[in-house]
Amino acid sequence: MASPGEAVVKESHVEKKKKPPARYWQESQEEVKDENKVDKGKNRAGEAALQKKTQKAKKRKQEEHQRDGKKFRSGKSDPFPGPAPVPQDRMQKFKRKDKMKKSRGQTYKLKDIISRTEEASEMSQKQAARVDLLLPEDAGFLEGDEEEDTCTISQQDIADAVDITSASKYFNLNLSQFGPYRVDYTKTGRHLLLGGRRGHVACIDWQSKQLMCEINVMESVNDVKWLHSETMYAVAQKKWLYIYDSNGIELHCIRKFNDVLRMQFLPYHFLLATVSATGFLQYLDVSVGKEVAAICTKTGRLDVMCQNPHNAIIHLGHHNGTVTLWSPNQKEALVKMLCHQGGVRSVAVDKTGTYMVTSGMDKKLKVYDIRAFKPLKSYFLPSGASCLSLSQRGLLSAATGDIVQVYRDVWSTPVTKPYMAHRVRGAVWGLHFCPFEDVLGVGHGGGFTSMLVPGAGEPNFDGLDANPYRSVKQRQEWEVKALMEKIQPELISLDPTQLGQVDRATFEQRHQDRVQALGFDPLAKGKFIPKHKKKGRSSAGSVEKRKKQVAHEDQRDVIRKTVEDKMTIEKERKERKKTTAALSNQKSALDRFKK
Amino acid sequence: MKVKVLSRNPDDYVRETKHDIQRVPRNYDPALHPFEVSREYTRALNATKLERVFAKPFLASLDGHRDGVNCMAKHTTSLSTLLSGSCDGEVKVWNLTKHECVRTLQAHEGFVRGMVVRYCGTSFFTVGDDKTIKQWKMEAPGYGEEEEPLNTILGKTVFTGLDHHQKEAVFATCGQQVDIWDEQRSSPIRSFTWGVDSFSAVRFNPVETELLASCASDRSIVLYDMRESAPLKKVIMTMRSNTLCWNPMEAYYFTCSNEDYNLYTYDMRYLKRPLTVHMDHVSAVLDLDYSPTGKEFVSASFDKTIRIFPKDGGHSREVYHTKRMQHVICVKWSSDSKYILSGSDEMNIRLWKANAAEKLGVLAPREKQARNYNQKLKEKFQHHPQIRRIAHHRHLPKNIYHQRKEQRIMKEARQRKERNVRKHSKPGSVPVVSEKEKHVVTVVK
Repeated sequence: MASPGEAVVKESHVEKKKKPPARYWQESQEEVKDENKVDKGKNRAGEAALQKKTQKAKKRKQEEHQRDGKKFRSGKSDPFPGPAPVPQDRMQKFKRKDKMKKSRGQTYKLKDIISRTEEASEMSQKQAARVDLLLPEDAGFLEGDEEEDTCTISQQDIADAVDITSASKYFNLNLSQFGPYRVDYTKTGRHLLLGGRRGHVACIDWQSKQLMCEINVMESVNDVKWLHSETMYAVAQKKWLYIYDSNGIELHCIRKFNDVLRMQFLPYHFLLATVSATGFLQYLDVSVGKEVAAICTKTGRLDVMCQNPHNAIIHLGHHNGTVTLWSPNQKEALVKMLCHQGGVRSVAVDKTGTYMVTSGMDKKLKVYDIRAFKPLKSYFLPSGASCLSLSQRGLLSAATGDIVQVYRDVWSTPVTKPYMAHRVRGAVWGLHFCPFEDVLGVGHGGGFTSMLVPGAGEPNFDGLDANPYRSVKQRQEWEVKALMEKIQPELISLDPTQLGQVDRATFEQRHQDRVQALGFDPLAKGKFIPKHKKKGRSSAGSVEKRKKQVAHEDQRDVIRKTVEDKMTIEKERKERKKTTAALSNQKSALDRFKK
Repeated sequence: MKVKVLSRNPDDYVRETKHDIQRVPRNYDPALHPFEVSREYTRALNATKLERVFAKPFLASLDGHRDGVNCMAKHTTSLSTLLSGSCDGEVKVWNLTKHECVRTLQAHEGFVRGMVVRYCGTSFFTVGDDKTIKQWKMEAPGYGEEEEPLNTILGKTVFTGLDHHQKEAVFATCGQQVDIWDEQRSSPIRSFTWGVDSFSAVRFNPVETELLASCASDRSIVLYDMRESAPLKKVIMTMRSNTLCWNPMEAYYFTCSNEDYNLYTYDMRYLKRPLTVHMDHVSAVLDLDYSPTGKEFVSASFDKTIRIFPKDGGHSREVYHTKRMQHVICVKWSSDSKYILSGSDEMNIRLWKANAAEKLGVLAPREKQARNYNQKLKEKFQHHPQIRRIAHHRHLPKNIYHQRKEQRIMKEARQRKERNVRKHSKPGSVPVVSEKEKHVVTVVK
């Protein structure tokens, strides 16, 4: 490959140029090219080892090379030849599956299909990685000066240091009358729902500070939760579960759900999962308004709950220190883990469904890997954490009394100091990170505090999934699409990719399942009913004879099989005898001690 | 202290004026899109259901013939033109876009047995029960002119089929023997016979243009090379084949429609056993035609249905029927591969979509994208039981449904009997014969 400096300029009538003008890329370009070379070399070696490329791919590659070396009419060559390199770690981010192993039994057709799909997925992976480089926003951060702990930086300092819009995201609401408050943000992070213990419910467009509605339900409120969009929310009141719209109008009172203490909304399934003081875990399908499942957990009062956003499994914490995992398809817990010595106070699961953080009455904070169900880290907090919440980028906030602490990297490195800390006016009752913002909402006895936590939120949202800036029309369109692809509750399982895998259950296994489902064996041999024959050949005696014939036939099969088995066993025995005899004939050094 | 807090400028995410389209920033990070597989599965299920909802294949019925439609011919250069010949000797030329007959001519006395358009599209040939071959101009005669053939050849026997060479002025007829004719001459330049029999169909290979194949009434399919004086070889089957059709993309392969309710795809080099046996019809198969892509073919049957088979699949992917359609005698797949035409006993020609759920007309780019995406999803999840059940379900007329069931029972009974015979006879004396081998008697060279 020629670099622009080496470009051959033909002799011409024009005076020879002394030196091409300096370009800003000339230094960096060498590096890039070197990287390219290394990359390509590596790739090629890998490919050669892995598989023989198809003829077409080869051809395309050749063409690419030709294009690389092609010079422009001016005599210059392309300073950035070939496609831009994609960093490996970005590629890794979009990797779904390992390459399939080539088995010998595959037909050429199957091989062809597999290689084609692999090629396509690799291309899409590459394209996604390229697009990833172009994402506009970067995540926030907070770094202290030398000898300065980030946890000593006060909220006011941060608010003073940042721009005016961000500073306005730090605010306090003094609501001392009806507290303490539970908090919930919508999936897009634009709207905030507050539910005061003594009946005060308010929803706010918190960025513009516009009040959408404010009501007092005149009953105690246990929990509040937004449903799929900002038009509806559920309130767990003293006795029943109520659904209100964003104007505060009561839409439903659901009497099937009583004494609800905590709720979780599964946005892709349109399910509202509730746990009650009577020990019931109930699922409400909010798209059709039907109860999907009601599970009696038989573990008493339930007030610790969270969902795994990766697989829509509900985690419940109990007084005896266990955490149980539930799906609506099973009456029993999928998993029971003993996490703490005292009762469990709070549970949180991270976005990727890998880690679970629990806090208990034993004042411990524990981190578990819930793919392998293994404890990873255990921390001791002086007064224990009453509420836990995990942000999109993995920051953990824990509330101890009236202090909110935020930790970073709790699962990878042993943490000694909090990342941030903040004292609020009253005991914390609700804690929730705002999605796509560096904001932590804290509901407490004295009202509500919106805290700035740099680095908490995912900087780049997906406009088709959760768009904080969507218009009403866009929301309506999204709602229709989301309802169309509502996932059925039957598909909730511990491994959400199960559905895309090949079911390798053996025939016997499938047959057993079928027998269980049907209640009888469809392949079982039916009872032999002899046909009616004419001309007196269906006399009782002859019918009996025919029946016996068939019975004997079956018996013969059995006998044949047992005889064959016996023969093989006998053969094996003989073989073994032979070998042992051969071994015993050999003289060993110890034989001289025999008498 | 260094601090940065997420702070987005709304101008980057909201459209400037309401005349713009909305901005949709994307982030393809898999962590932001949980339940990928389940959501795709749900989409695939929805797409499959919608496909069945929109499956309305019947487009139009062309009526006007006064007797059953016996043969049809596609125009070689015009997509919108179709020719059809009926049992009373009448030939009609149709305009398919307007669904109307543009020309009618009384071509023969008795049946029009075969019809073919010359490769240039300016004239067409018909053969009839009156032992004549007639060549007609494609254009209608001017005002006051009489409808007269360009050329008439009087043969010695009745002709039953006709096909034209792809590039040269040569055509082939069949009757008691297979004749190759030069358009300029009134007697055949070559005649092929092999045994005493009569032929029901003759077809030129569209790729290897000198090759022909014909179906004979002695249950055989005979292959010829036009340049040689004797036939190449023949395969004798257990039942008679009615028609055959060459695959337009793969020169070696042809498919024949048989009286035993099946269709057989052969490789002409290895006639010993067919490549595929296509089963699903419940009565004799009368005609078939390949899609121009060579991937699928359509068959017409005496059981009043037409079915679409993939070229290498044993069972049909689609079945079309209506209450009024009687025995389907001839069928054609249009040259743009989008439509199917069927001519039946009750004097009508029917126009169908080749893909039942396809939307006709020009698609917007987004529609196209959605269609392709749905297609891929359906393909990806096609083996999931729920999706397969919906995708494969077809409503059948009651009698066909029962006949299929009955035939399945009969087949099972035959298999059981064979098994029992094998069980009670000397091992090896009753060999296992595969379904493909069962229907071929011998190959003669």
